[in-house]
Amino acid sequence: MAEKAILYDATRCTACRGCQAACKQWNENDEFIPTVENGVQSVNRGSYENPPDLSPTTWLKMEFREVTPDGKVRWLFNRRSCMHCTDAGCVKVCPSGALYHHELGFVAYDKDICTGCGYCEDACPFDVPRYERNFVSGIAKMDKCTFCTTPGLDRIAGGWEPACVKTCPPDALQYGDRDQLVAEGKKRVEALIAKGWTNANLYGEKELGGLHVMYVLDDHPAVYGLPVDPQISAATIAWQDVIQPIGWVVGGLTILGLGFNYLVARANINREKEKKDAARS
Amino acid sequence: MTNHWNDIANADVIMAIGSNPAENHPAAFGHITDAKERGAQLISVDPRFTRTSAKADIYSPLRSGTDIAFIDGMIKYVLDDIDHNPGNYNMSYIKEYTNAAYLINPGYKGPADLDGLFSGYAGGLNETDGNKRKYDKSSWQFQLDEKGIPKRDMTLQDPNCVFQIMKRHFARYTPEKVNEITGAPVDTFLQICQTYATSGQVGKAGTILYAMGTTQHTYGAQNIRSYCILQLLLGNIGIAGGGINAMRGESNVQGSTDHCLLFHILPGYLKVPDDTDDTLDKYLERVTPKSNDPKSANWWQHTPKYMVSLLKAWYGNAATRDNQFGFHYLPKIETGKNYSHISLFEAMYSGVIKGMMCWGQNPAVGGPNANLERLALGELDWLVVTDIWHTETANFWQRPGVNKADIKTEVFLLPALNSFEKEGSVTNSGRWSQWRYAAAAGPGVAMGDLWMLDWLARKLMEMYANEGGPNAEAITQLNWNYGHEHPDVHAVAKEINGYDLTTGKLLPSFTKLMDDGTTSSGNWLYCASYTEDGNMAARRDPTPGPFNIGLYPNWSWCWPVNRRIIYNRASVDLNGEPWDKNHPVIWWQGDKWVGDVPDGGWPPMAVDPENTKYPFIMKPEGHARFFGPGMAEGPLPEHYEPWESPIKNPMSPQQSNPAFKIWRPDEQGTPDKYPIVCSTYRLCEHWQGGQMTRNMPWLIEMQPEPFVEMSEELAAKIGIVNGEKVIVESTRGQVYLTAVITKRFKPFQMNGTTVHQVGIPWHWGFTGLSTGDSANKLTPHVGDANTMIPEYKAFLVNIRKV
Repeated sequence: MAEKAILYDATRCTACRGCQAACKQWNENDEFIPTVENGVQSVNRGSYENPPDLSPTTWLKMEFREVTPDGKVRWLFNRRSCMHCTDAGCVKVCPSGALYHHELGFVAYDKDICTGCGYCEDACPFDVPRYERNFVSGIAKMDKCTFCTTPGLDRIAGGWEPACVKTCPPDALQYGDRDQLVAEGKKRVEALIAKGWTNANLYGEKELGGLHVMYVLDDHPAVYGLPVDPQISAATIAWQDVIQPIGWVVGGLTILGLGFNYLVARANINREKEKKDAARS
Repeated sequence: MTNHWNDIANADVIMAIGSNPAENHPAAFGHITDAKERGAQLISVDPRFTRTSAKADIYSPLRSGTDIAFIDGMIKYVLDDIDHNPGNYNMSYIKEYTNAAYLINPGYKGPADLDGLFSGYAGGLNETDGNKRKYDKSSWQFQLDEKGIPKRDMTLQDPNCVFQIMKRHFARYTPEKVNEITGAPVDTFLQICQTYATSGQVGKAGTILYAMGTTQHTYGAQNIRSYCILQLLLGNIGIAGGGINAMRGESNVQGSTDHCLLFHILPGYLKVPDDTDDTLDKYLERVTPKSNDPKSANWWQHTPKYMVSLLKAWYGNAATRDNQFGFHYLPKIETGKNYSHISLFEAMYSGVIKGMMCWGQNPAVGGPNANLERLALGELDWLVVTDIWHTETANFWQRPGVNKADIKTEVFLLPALNSFEKEGSVTNSGRWSQWRYAAAAGPGVAMGDLWMLDWLARKLMEMYANEGGPNAEAITQLNWNYGHEHPDVHAVAKEINGYDLTTGKLLPSFTKLMDDGTTSSGNWLYCASYTEDGNMAARRDPTPGPFNIGLYPNWSWCWPVNRRIIYNRASVDLNGEPWDKNHPVIWWQGDKWVGDVPDGGWPPMAVDPENTKYPFIMKPEGHARFFGPGMAEGPLPEHYEPWESPIKNPMSPQQSNPAFKIWRPDEQGTPDKYPIVCSTYRLCEHWQGGQMTRNMPWLIEMQPEPFVEMSEELAAKIGIVNGEKVIVESTRGQVYLTAVITKRFKPFQMNGTTVHQVGIPWHWGFTGLSTGDSANKLTPHVGDANTMIPEYKAFLVNIRKV
C-alpha cells in the first residue's frame, strides 16, 4: 500500500492555529484545559505561542519565532508535532510494541499496552513524546500524535484526512500519497528558489529514512528550529540492535533455565513420589 | 468590496493597509496566497509587523493614523511618473472615466494656500466652536456649461481642472514629508510606490484590501478616498484583480448594512427622511440626484421607484397614492443630527434615551470609552440584550467595582440562536448573498432573532390597535404577515426581493420596479435575489463562469443583479475591448456584452456615442471622482493628526480634522502626560467583543488573556521584561495587562523625532471563561467627520510598571 504523509508548507501557513484547536477537539484532548472554573487560568507568557510546550494533551502546537536576518524582522511559524519517521527511535525502543509503524508508514500508538517506561522520550530526535504519571493510580502513559489513528477516533481508517489537515484554512497542510507529496514539495521549493529564496528546501524527504510529515521551508531548517540531519542516538540503535536482542537472549535463556529447572524439579518430585508410592505398596 | 474574495487571486499587486487579513480573515487569506503563487506581490503596511506582514513581499511600518500622508505620497509618485512615463499608465481611462478633466469653481482653494484648510471653512485654524467646525462647499463645485453639464478640459491643462488641482495638492507629499509624518523609511516607501505603480500599466491589476485600521479614525472616510484616488489613477477600478476592497469584520456586516443597519439610510442605501420632508414628493425632490447630461445614466434617478416600492412592501394595501404610500408613517430624523453609536450612548448618558434593545452586540466591551458607556447603560430604565451568552453588556450591573443596588436599570436577557442554528441569508464582503440552513438545533428556549422580532412586532401591533398611541398607524398598518407561531424566513426573503402586485409574481429585477404602487420591494438592491425561478442565494454551481476569471455567477447571488465586479464598464476601452485580454470582465462582441453582468447594457462609448452611457453610473455625472465635493472635510484627502497625537502636524498648522464633532474636550490626552501612541486590534483566536470565543476552551488556551504589544526599545525605557504586568492608562481609564515585548514593533523614526507605539487586542471583559481588562476603557468618544465611526485606532496612553 502506498505510504501516506502530510506536507506542511510553512510559506503558506499563517499560524491561525486551526490545526492546534482541531487536534485537541478531534482527539478529545480538551478536558484538561485549565479554566477559571477548575481554579487555574492559562496565562500569556509574553508570546502568541501557547501552551508553552507539547504535553500529553497537546500533540500539535504552532511555534512563533522572531528572527532578524539582515536587520529586517521575520516572523516564522512552524508546526511542532510527531514527524512520523521511517527510522523511528521511539518504535525501536518501545519494549511493549505500543509504538509501531502503521501499514501506511506513519508511527501509530496503542495507548492500552504502553507500559509508561518513557524510553521513547529519550529516543526521539525531535523531542516529541510526552509522558505523564497518574498520581492516583500510579499508572504512567506516553502520549503523542497518532496521525489520527487512535482507536475509536481513527480518521484514516474512515478514509478521511487527519483533523489538522481538514481544518487548515490557507491549505498549508496537505495529506496524500507520500510520493506525490514529495514531488509537490519539490515543485514548491523550486518555485521558492526561483523567487529568490535560495535556501529553500524540502525537509523530511530523506531525514531518518523519510519522514511522514514533510516541510516546505523558505530558509534553512535550523532557522525554523528543526534539527539539521537528525539522527537516532547510538544508544537507541544499540538498544534495538544489540541490547534488546541480548535482552531477549538473556530473557529466553532465563525462561529456558526456568523451564529446565522445572523439568528437573518435576523429575525429582516424580522420582520422590514414585519412591513414596513404591514404599506404600 | 467593488470586487469579491475569489477575484483577489487575479491581482498582480496586493496592498493590505489598515487591515491584517492573515489574522482577521484567515480563511479568505487563501485567495491572497493563491495570487502570490501566481506571481503577485503582497505589500503590507501596518504600524507593527503582523501575521500578514509575515507573508508579505514588502513591509513598511506607518504610525497609526497616517494613511493619508502615506497614500498621498504614493499618489504624488504616480502623478510625477505620469509626467515622465505616460506610456506606463492608462491615460485614456483617466481622461474618459474619471473627473480628472472637470473644471472646478475658480474660487476653490486648497490646503497649500490656506494653512491646511480648504476654502469655505466657517471657523478659523483649530476651531473649537462646534457650530463653526464645518464647510460651505460652494467653492468646491464643478463648473457647469449652459446646459448644466460639468465642463471638461480633455487636455488636462486648465489650471482649474481636477488633474492640475491634484498635482498642486499632492506635490506637498514628498517622500521625506511622508517619512516625517508616518515614520515609513524613505527607501521602503519608494520601493512600495514603484511596486504598486506597476499595476497602472494596461493589463495589470492592483487591489487594496482594507478594514477597520482604515476606517476607525476621525478622517476614516478620507483614508478610503485616498485609496480611491490612487486606484483610479492606476486604472484599477472595475477590472479583475483590482478594486477597493473592504474586508468586513463579521460574516454578515455587508448584509446588515445593505438592509439599513445604520441610522442615515433605509434599505438599499436610500436616504433616511428628515424633518424637512413634509411630503413624499418633497423627500424625493431632495434626495433624487439630477443630471442634464444624456450620457450619464445617473442611476439614482430611479430613487422614486425604489422608495415607493419599499413603502408598498412595508405598508401593503395601506400604502396608496392618496396617502403618499404611507410616507407620513415613517419616523423622520432631526435635520443634520447624528444618531450613530457615540451619539446614542451620549444620549443615554444624559438621560434622553430611556431604553435600549441590544441585539447581538456587546458595547460594554466593543464601544469606545467603555467606562463611560457602561455608566450610560446604568442611566437606562430598561435594557433588553439578545445574545447567546451572558455578555458584559447584559451583566454591566455586576461589573467589578460597582454596587448592584445603585443600578436601577431593569435588564432582560433573551437567549438567542447563533448563526449556525437558523436558516437565512448571509451577505459576505464581496456582496454575495449566500443562503444557509440550520446546522443544529439551539439549546433550551433559545430562539432566532426573526422569531423574536416577529412576536415583538405582532404584540406591538395588537397593543397599538387596542390602546392607541403616537403615530399608532405606523405600527398598526404594517404589512406584517410571515406566518403564525414561527415566521417563515422565505416569506421575508421574498418580500425583500419584491412582487409585481398586479400579478402577485416575484419580480425578476429592479428594472421592473415602479413608482405608481404596482410593485413592492423590501430592498431594491436585492430585487432579483428570490424570483419565480427560485431562491438565487441558494444556488451552488461551482463553475468559474465567463472567461474563467472566477466570477462563479451561479454560486449564490450577488447584488446588484448578480454583477460580480461593479463599475465593470471601466474594464474595457471605448470600443468595449477589455484592457486586460487575459482577464476580461466584460467584452463587447458583435452587438452585445459578454461576461459579467455589465454595469448597464448600453453600447460602448465609441461604438454608439448617441446611446452610450459613462461607466460610473452611480455618480450623477457618470465619472469616478478624484475630486469629491461631498465630503465633510474637503474634496481631496489632506493629512491631519488624530484627535490625540504625539506630535504637531508636520503638514500644516491645522492640527486635526477641522470638521469632526468633539464630544468631550476635557478628555483629550496630551503627549506630555501620555506620550505613547496606542491602537486596538483583533486576534485570529478571538471574535469581536469575545462573547463566543472567550467561552471556548481551545481558543482561550491559545490566547488566554489580553496583552499590550510593544517594542524592545520601549520596554527597556519603561524597565520591564517580557511577560511582566503593566498598567496602560489614558485620560479615560486604565487597564492591567501582560506585556508582550516584540521585535515586530519598532519605534518610528520620523525625520529625527522618535515616537513609540503599542497595541492592545480588544476582545476581553469581565464575563465568560476567560476574563481581562477591556482595551476600550482607553479609547476616546470621537468619530469620523462623515460617518462618526469611533477613533479606535489612534490615541495616546502612558505605560507604567505595576
